[in-house]
Amino acid sequence: MKSAIVLLPGLNRDRDMIAALTSISGHKPLTVWETDTTIPDVDLIVIPGGFSYGDYLRCGAIAARMPVMRAVAEKAKKGVLVMGVCNGFQILVEAGMLPGALMRNTSLKFVCREVKLSVENADTAFTQAYRQGQVIRCPVAHHDGNYYADPETLARLEGDGQVVFRYAEGTNPNGSINDIAGIVDHSGNVLGMMPHPENLIEPAHGGSDGRPLFESVLGLAA
Amino acid sequence: MIKARITVTLKNGVLDPQGKAIEHALGALGFDGVGQVRQGKVFDVELDGADRARAEADLKAMCEKLLANTVIENYNVTLT
Repeated sequence: MKSAIVLLPGLNRDRDMIAALTSISGHKPLTVWETDTTIPDVDLIVIPGGFSYGDYLRCGAIAARMPVMRAVAEKAKKGVLVMGVCNGFQILVEAGMLPGALMRNTSLKFVCREVKLSVENADTAFTQAYRQGQVIRCPVAHHDGNYYADPETLARLEGDGQVVFRYAEGTNPNGSINDIAGIVDHSGNVLGMMPHPENLIEPAHGGSDGRPLFESVLGLAA
Repeated sequence: MIKARITVTLKNGVLDPQGKAIEHALGALGFDGVGQVRQGKVFDVELDGADRARAEADLKAMCEKLLANTVIENYNVTLT
């Protein structure tokens, strides 16, 4: 299973993501830069978190319009798995690869804490190593994670099982509609989520609830 | 040269927590009777040339492609 990580100026969770992918798959991901127009043959493309282009205009707006994102979209159309975490989720939404929008947290505060997530759909390439309905721990760190979609889009997401992770046990940190924390696109091979599974993969992190996500997506699920 | 002002505002029905906070702050300053406050963005853009129809079309394309997120925002283009 080969993976690539997209690097854009202002991202800062790339190191953690590379460490997670490397330690779990045994292979270091390839690096793709914002001006690259092609992406090597890989099975998984990851856009990590951070503050690409300083969050200017809207979070992820500038990054979503860089050449590399056209290449990511082409790969996604061919069925390559694409995963965006935090700013990566915002970029995928701004690029139109996932529906809806991510708005300022209703508290207007940056939140950096641990939340509970329920696995709402364990039948995706990203979640097959979890049990349906399993509640996991996961850290969040963001200012703009308040997911919004118009009523028709929301009904479609809910009806088609595209809501993959939901904040559970009253831990919604941002006012996100229907407690949505992560969604997949209609074809199921593009995932966006605000929480950071890469920061909870080994005992030294205080837990490993994020690890099954990587095992799922890297084809290592038992 | 053509000058234009673009305003980008949140669509009706989209919650605006920043607008709400401003609304409360105005109330706290003693401004009575302040209804809803919605926060938006303003872009002043200068364009080469004198073709106003083309400028307007270009500016709308800029809004659609970058300046506004049409999932949650409306835009308005005014040539000055």
